[in-house]
This record gives sequence, structure tokens and C-alpha cells, in this order.
Amino acid sequence: MSENKGLNLTLKVWRQKDRHSKGQFKEYKVENISTEASFLEMVDILNEQLINTNDPDGPVAFDHDCREGICGMCSLFINGRAHGPDDAITTCQLHMRKFKDGDTITIEPWRSGGFPVIKDLMVDRSAYDKIMQAGGFVSVSTGGVPDANAIPIPKADADEAMDAAACIGCGACAATCKNGSAMLFVSAKVSQLALLPQGKVEAAKRAKAMVAKMDELGFGNCTNTGACELECPKQVSISHIARLNREFLKANIKD
Amino acid sequence: MAGASAAASFAEMGFKVKAFCYQDSPRRAHSIAAQGGINAAKNYPNDGDSVYRLFYDTIKGGDYRAREANVYRLAEVSNSIIDQCVAQGVPFAREYGGLLANRSFGGALVSRTFYARGQTGQQLLLGAYSALSRQIGLKNVEMHTRCEMMDLVMIDGRCRGIVTRDLLTGEISSHFGHCVVLATGGYGNVYFLSTNAMGSNGSAAMKAYRKGAYFANPCMVQIHPTYIPQHGDFQSKLTLMSESLRNDGRIWVPKKKEDAEKLRKGQIKASDIKDEDRYFYLEERYPAFGNLVPRDVASRNAKERCDAGFGVNSTGNAVFLDFKYAIERLGKDVVEQRYGNLFQMYQKITDTDPYKEPMMIYPAIHYTMGGLWVDYELSTTVPGLFAAGEANFSDHGANRLGASALMQGLADGYFVLPYTVQEYLADQFNVPRINPKENDAFKKAEDDVKAYIKKLMDVKGDESVDSFHKRLGHIMWNNVGMARTKESLETAIKQIQELRAEFWKKVHIPGKADELNNELEKANRVADFLELGELIARDALHRNESCGGHFREESQDNGEAKRDDANFMYVGAWEYKGENQEPELHKEDLNYQFIKVQTRNYKTGK
Amino acid sequence: MKGFFKSSIGKKLIMSISGLFLILFLLFHLCMNAVVLFSECTYNSVCAFLGSNWYAVAGTVILAAGFLVHIVYAFVLTIQNRKARGTDRYDSQNLPKEVEFASKNMLVLGIIIFCGLITHFGQFWAKMMFADLIGCEEAESLSTNGAYWINYYFHECGALSIVLTVVYLIWFAALWLHLNHGFWSAFHTVGLSNKTWIPRLKCIAKWFSTIVCLGFAVIVIYAACGGIKVPQGCCKDKQAVECQQSTQTPCQQESNK
Repeated sequence: MSENKGLNLTLKVWRQKDRHSKGQFKEYKVENISTEASFLEMVDILNEQLINTNDPDGPVAFDHDCREGICGMCSLFINGRAHGPDDAITTCQLHMRKFKDGDTITIEPWRSGGFPVIKDLMVDRSAYDKIMQAGGFVSVSTGGVPDANAIPIPKADADEAMDAAACIGCGACAATCKNGSAMLFVSAKVSQLALLPQGKVEAAKRAKAMVAKMDELGFGNCTNTGACELECPKQVSISHIARLNREFLKANIKD
Repeated sequence: MAGASAAASFAEMGFKVKAFCYQDSPRRAHSIAAQGGINAAKNYPNDGDSVYRLFYDTIKGGDYRAREANVYRLAEVSNSIIDQCVAQGVPFAREYGGLLANRSFGGALVSRTFYARGQTGQQLLLGAYSALSRQIGLKNVEMHTRCEMMDLVMIDGRCRGIVTRDLLTGEISSHFGHCVVLATGGYGNVYFLSTNAMGSNGSAAMKAYRKGAYFANPCMVQIHPTYIPQHGDFQSKLTLMSESLRNDGRIWVPKKKEDAEKLRKGQIKASDIKDEDRYFYLEERYPAFGNLVPRDVASRNAKERCDAGFGVNSTGNAVFLDFKYAIERLGKDVVEQRYGNLFQMYQKITDTDPYKEPMMIYPAIHYTMGGLWVDYELSTTVPGLFAAGEANFSDHGANRLGASALMQGLADGYFVLPYTVQEYLADQFNVPRINPKENDAFKKAEDDVKAYIKKLMDVKGDESVDSFHKRLGHIMWNNVGMARTKESLETAIKQIQELRAEFWKKVHIPGKADELNNELEKANRVADFLELGELIARDALHRNESCGGHFREESQDNGEAKRDDANFMYVGAWEYKGENQEPELHKEDLNYQFIKVQTRNYKTGK
Repeated sequence: MKGFFKSSIGKKLIMSISGLFLILFLLFHLCMNAVVLFSECTYNSVCAFLGSNWYAVAGTVILAAGFLVHIVYAFVLTIQNRKARGTDRYDSQNLPKEVEFASKNMLVLGIIIFCGLITHFGQFWAKMMFADLIGCEEAESLSTNGAYWINYYFHECGALSIVLTVVYLIWFAALWLHLNHGFWSAFHTVGLSNKTWIPRLKCIAKWFSTIVCLGFAVIVIYAACGGIKVPQGCCKDKQAVECQQSTQTPCQQESNK
């Protein structure tokens, strides 16, 4: 591995004390960041710096957990893009080699009506949980279910269901969408379960319940810009939105 | 995942449940990161699998340090788990005929692993999460997110509730329950660098331990051989490369020390080294299994080579995993088909192309087999306190087989706890609900927690929490890592004690206690790790044998782990005896009635 | 169906159905206009056929309703969407370049199209169907003389003709963009789309919008070059022209001087 010169960067970070305060950007400098470091490790270094210098704002609050791109906890809008300037990854998988020495990096929280800022870069995504609670499940209780192989499922359907199920619920879709729409998230779950015979049974009820909850929580209306699909770290396709539309229409025609 | 599945199952049975997690949603639990799959004895491929065989493999894989009865039950319910998950809409991989696909995994000789791409853990967790969501929607479960458990509440010798801290507001509150289930995962983060999530912690288990729950086999820690090596001090997290890579990749280090040195300095590339100068140490040492030896063996050999000065990477702590030969043999297309996504991930992280240069890998902490001691009912030694999933010690003995963590988590949650908790509650019907606000025990527990937090905040030192955590990790990895000796463990105990004392004098926590304070959260966890680390070292020190993930250099036979069944065929359960007091060891003897105890031997393939 | 039209998808469905309806109308309009390229006389008979007959009027009313619904819902949805976006805006947002320009600016494009539509109405509909309806008797013969009006506006008004031609071309460009996104998006919203069909629909949308807009543009350019000859046989009554002059459009006055 070749010797890497560290990066000196200016960070423009959104600082907001709590939900109700007004936030603002603050500039910080970090020095000698290895290109091997991940983006969040760079933020860790910034925080260590802020702690050691007793910065009045304290360390920057941001969500993160697994740091391998699967838990969906990390967010961040980096230089104008959800999960930063690379495709099909989460923020925690972003590495500093994507940046150049002397760059100014703007770091913002998700901004969407559905995701109020809690502090700094942390947002409240409980709306997604509420949508799931409204219908993102198959109503089976533990036990008393048929053998796993009792119902064959065409491989193509199972694969497509898996494409949808890959959603990690990070919220990049609604954060990116100019309409603040959560359709990609909702459609991923509706589509996954509508594709499988186990979920088909209550597909109509589910589509209606989840869409109603989504609307109630104030998410916007999808205008098919496709930005969500491009920023989705798991590349969930907007074709699932078409299926959601179909399912929703079917459900409403039925009654 | 064990927690979500248990909470959902309880609620379905009619109990009112309160569930807590530290993440912003129960969907983010670290079970989500499991890649490989989940085992079940379905025998769909007709290759001779059975409940007994899964049971046998799990016991043997655990190096005969797991309890027979628990493991047998695990194997029995494994099939129901698959049925349950399919019914929930988990999109397992399927064959063209529409039936479920299986693969062989982690050295098993039968194909019993069910999988959903490389995201099985995610799909199973989301299945449990959806069941839980349904119950939250029905108001049978009250979900508390971003909430950390701070202590247990004990009334008349029984566990009757918990005290929590709201991570957003810092508010301390307590909650009553007729019983409490901990499904709080493993404690791998003691080592600072591990594959665990940043927030994974052993605090809940430690709080329970201090309230009288025994802690069993803490030294049983699994080290996984194929991680992307560390690249610097600032690193926060290690990334797993699936074990399946070892099916086609060949592991080697340079034969000559000067080549290794040049590699470390970046003067030559791996591809510059000729085949005859490469030492394929696993293939030469274990001709029968070659690169497919179990995790602990592969890990130890990698460390041995690196310690001997043959390690590569700028740090000298890495070995090569080379696909050159696979590409020559199978063609690039086949390799890409099999491992394309892993290669892509590797390239994203390291910026080197594994099709051209060999990958670099190194072992890292992955899973903790040890945990709270539980009986067959998954009850800890504290009445009314249960432990499930990775938080308990029950099923994996000294070493966990691939694809069985998910199996155990879901078995506990769906099919064990719903029975055993009912059994416990059978005579608790007459116990009225307690209002925590009007009960002295709850008030006292809350006050204790507040005092504890105040104590942490009042240290007002000048060293950051992470710095202490890193130092602890360093001690643990160097002394209580892959190969342990009496000296290293004694050193570790001493150093950890010193570090702990220093922590309580010097730790610096900015901000206030009654607000969102990440550093305080971390400090609380690190404080517990500092005790847990010592407990691990103590357990490792007393267990003067090598078994599974625990390797004592004193106990080996030509470099192979030597188990000592005569003296150590028991579960070591530790009882807390007070601050800075030596814990007391209790032994639960293991009697194998249905399995013949054998020695694992990967040299000849028996 | 209770509450269906209040739901986000329901509202989007109204947008897409009304949009598809307008797309059909455009196609019809183009076919009708294209006749003028081949035979002015036939074109005028088409105009006469559509004149102010009850079916044409009924069609117009339905069409107007379609427009109205499309426009009203566009505003309703946009207002909701802006609210959903929250109060704080991103300091910088660099959407990947694959996000279509049109998809982000449908409302703006719609407004441009609407403005064009008003102009178009003043020029043609007011002089033809509307004149007929209010019974400007002298205008009667000209009200079905579509070729006359096309030639008049795009060729005979001097500088204004050039301006009008350019305005129309801009209008068509906006329409092209709007249709480009609107066409496949409408199918998507109805649910008639999937992984295979999204690229196909996008491709059809490109072809469709290009054909429609290019068709209109060709007619306008053809007219601007003076390609349209007002057929004498169909326009016997000179008084009608005078009647029209008395309605006094500015350029007419100028040309009279």
C-alpha cells in the first residue's frame, strides 16, 4: 500500500441544539485525515477534537451503529447528497479517498417534514416505524404455521421480493425526495409482501393501511422523479412504487 | 432479534409487554448484520441431516462445552423457525421449482443452511420486527426506543422491573414487569475493535451480574479469520468478509522475511512474489481441510505467522487471501459470479482490486459464546430474570458454528421463552402490578442510578471515553486475544484494574446528564466493559485448557489446542461479590449422555 | 373507495388520468392540425365539422374540466409536497444527473404551457368556436376558416408573426419536457409499469412527445414560411374579413394602415 498524505479539510456542519432551536452551520477544520479512514471515523476524529478543546457546542451528535451498511442508522446529507458522493452505499461505507485535500465538506441532517431534527445531525425517523406498525407485516402469530415448503414460490417472485426487502429503512428516499415522499420505503414493504403468497392474503388491507398512515404522518406525494431510487443505498427500484400504486388501486376498487 | 421475537410472541399470547432498545428503532439490532444464514435440520436436500445430527454438530463444534439438553432443544425447534419465518414473508432463497434453497456453510458436511442473499440476519430480524410492529400497532407492546437499561429492580429476591435512561432527554424512569427478559446481545466490544455495532454493549448483562446473576464462560470469545485488516488507530470498526471466500481463495504469507518487510514498506506488490516463495501455511499444515479449517484454527495460524514476522500490510498484521489460482482454474466470470458483491465491497473499503492483487485479511472478534448463566428454562440465577440470544451462554459451548447464532436467537425468542416464562408466571398471577412511582424499591433503584450517573459526570477528568476504550481494547487484544498465557492474563488483570482506577479519576464527559449525551452513554458502557474485561481475563486464567475459541498456550499438542476434559468439562459461572472483590466461581458439570466426547482433529480429517 | 381521492395515491391517480386524457386530446389536436399540411380545404372542413356543434361544445367542456382538474390538483399536490419537505431547506443539494430535469420542474413547465394555452385560446378558440357561440354573424365564415387564421398569425402579422412563432416553439419545448416525464409517469402512477416496462415507457414517452411536439412545430414553421394558402373557395365572403377587422386586434389595425 502506498504512502498516503493526510487530508486537510474544512467541515461545514449543521449544529442544532434541540428539536425546537434554530440551527446553523459551523465550520471546523480537521487535519491529516487518512484517505483510508471512513467518513464517520473522520467525524469521530472531529468529535475527539471538540471534546478535548471543550467546545461549547460539544461533540457533533449523529446516528450510527453497525458501520457496515446494513442497520440503516446512519444518515447525513454530505455535499448535497444523501449518504455522500457515491452510489449504492450508506454514509458509514463512504471513505475519505472520495475527497481531496483542501475540500470543504458540507454535512447536513436529513431534512424532511417527516424527519424532525433531534440534535445536530440526528433526526427522528420513528415515522417509518409507525408506518410499519400500521400494516408492514403478515398477521401470523408464533406457532401453528404450515411447513416452509408447503407453498412453492416462483424463484423470480422470491428474488424480486428480496430486492424490495433489502430496504434498510434509513430514510434516504424521503430525505432526497423533493416532495418529502416516503413512497419508496412504503412500496418496498408492500411490494415484498404482495409478491409472496403468504403476504398476498392481506395485501389489500396492508396497502390501504400503510398508505393511510404515510399520508397521515405528512409525507409528500410521489411525482416519480426517481431520485429516491438513485440515492437508495440498497438500490430499491421504483418499480415497487408502481406495484404499490397497483395494489392500492386494486384494494380500493374491491370495496 | 431474540428480544423482538420474544416480545412479539408474548404479546400474541396475551401478555402486556414493554420493550426497550437503545437504537432509534428495533429494526436496527445488530442481528441485522449476520450474513451467512440460519441452520435447520429440515433435511430438504436429502443428505442425511436430522435433529440429532444438528445437535451433534453443534455440541462438537462447541468443543463439548455446551449443555446437551439445551442444544438438543435448539436442534428440535430449528425447523419450526424456518416455518415461522416463511409464514412471516421472509424471502429466503429458492430453487427454480419454487422450494427453499440450502447451502452448506461453516464447514458443515450437510447442506442445512437457509439464506436470503448475504442478508439473512437482516431478513430474519425484519421478520421479527414486523411481528413486533404488529403487536405495537395493536397496543399490546409498548415500545421504548433510544432507551438504555440502567439497572434491575429487585423486590423480595425477585426481579420486578428495570430502571432506564432516555437517551434523548436523559430522563431516568423505571418500569414494572412481572418478569424481565434480557436480549441484549454480546460483549465483543470489550476489545474496542470488533465486528459488533458501535453501540453493542455488555452493560445490561453486567448490571444483572451485579444484582446476582451468574456470568458464565466469559472467556469464550469467537474470533473470525476473515476480516479486512485494521488500517490505523482512528479505526472504529472491522468489516467482515464472508467466510465463504475461503472456499476458493488460498491463504498465504511470504516465505522470506525480507519479502514481508518489503511488502510492509510498499516496495513490492504481492503479485511480484513468485509461487515458490509463498507459504500456503494452512494447506501445508492441515492437508485434509486446507483453507477450510474451522474459524479458531485459521485465526490462530494467521496470528502465529504475523507474530513470527511474516505478516503483510503496512501494520504487519494481515495475511493474503489469493484468488489468482481460482481465477486461473475457474475463470474470472465464475469467480465474479460467486463473490462479485464481496469483491466490490472489499474494493470500496480498501481501494485495491482483488481480481489483480490478493485480498488481505486478519482475524477479529466476532461473537461471544459466554454470557449470563441460564438454566434449561433460560432463567438466570435471579428469579424473574431471563436471558436470551447472544446475551446468554447456553448453546454454543466454547465455539459457535456458522449460521447458528440466528438459529439460537430465534429459538429462544419464538419457541423457548414463551413456554418457560409462562411457567414462571404461573404462580405470579396474584402479584398485583406495582406503580413504580409509589414503591420504595423502585425509587431507591432510580436514586442509585442517578447517583451512579452523577459519579460518572463528576469525575471531570481530561481523557476522552474513547481513549479509555481503545486502551482497554489494546490490553484485551494483546493479552486475552487469540492465544493466552498465564502471564499475559495476569498482566491483563493488573492492567485492567489500573485502567479502571484511572478511568474513575480521569474520564472526561462533556455536556450534562439530563440531555442527549453520547459521551455519557459511552462512558456508562465502558465502565462496565472495564469490569467485564477483567472477568474475561479471570475466567481465561482459571481455565487452563484450550477449547474452542479459548486457547491457552500452555495447553497444546504440537501447536494444536489440547482440551482437558478431566478437569474442565464444566461451565464456569461467576458470582459477583462486590466492587473490587474477587468473584466466586461456580461449576456446572457437563454430562454427555447421548454423545461420545471426542477430540477435534483437522489434520487428518477425522 | 371511501377516502380514496383524499389519499396521496388517489390524488396522483387523478393527475395521471387527467394527464392521459389531455395526452389523448393532444394527439387528436395534432392529427387535426396536420391535415393543413396536406390540404387547406380539407382542414377547413374539419374546422367546420368541429365548429360549434353540440358534440364539439360538449367535448370542449369535458376537455376544460380535464384541464381544470389537472391544474387544480397540480397546485394542491405541490402545496402539500412543499409542506412535506419541511421548513428547513438543504444548503446544497446535488441530485444525481440521472434525475430528469422535467420531473423536478413539472409545475413550472405546466405554468409555461398554461400561459401558451391562454395565448393560443385568444388567437384561435376565441376567433373560431367562441365567435361562433356568441353569434358574431359576420365572423361565421371565418370561424371555420382555420387555415386563414394559421396563415394570418404566423405569416401575415409581420414582426408579431416572428415573435409568435418563437413563442409557440418555446411552448412546444416546454410541452415536450412536460410530456416526456408526464407520459411514463402517468402509466407508473396507474400501476401499469414494472422493471421491464419503466425503460420501455420512458422510451415511448420520448418518441411520443417528440412526434407530438415536432408535429406542431412543423405546422407552425410551415405556416411561418408562408406555406399555408388560404383557400379562396372556402372563404368567399369578404365582409367576414371586415367583421373580423372591426374586432380590432392591434396587428390587424397596423396592417390596415
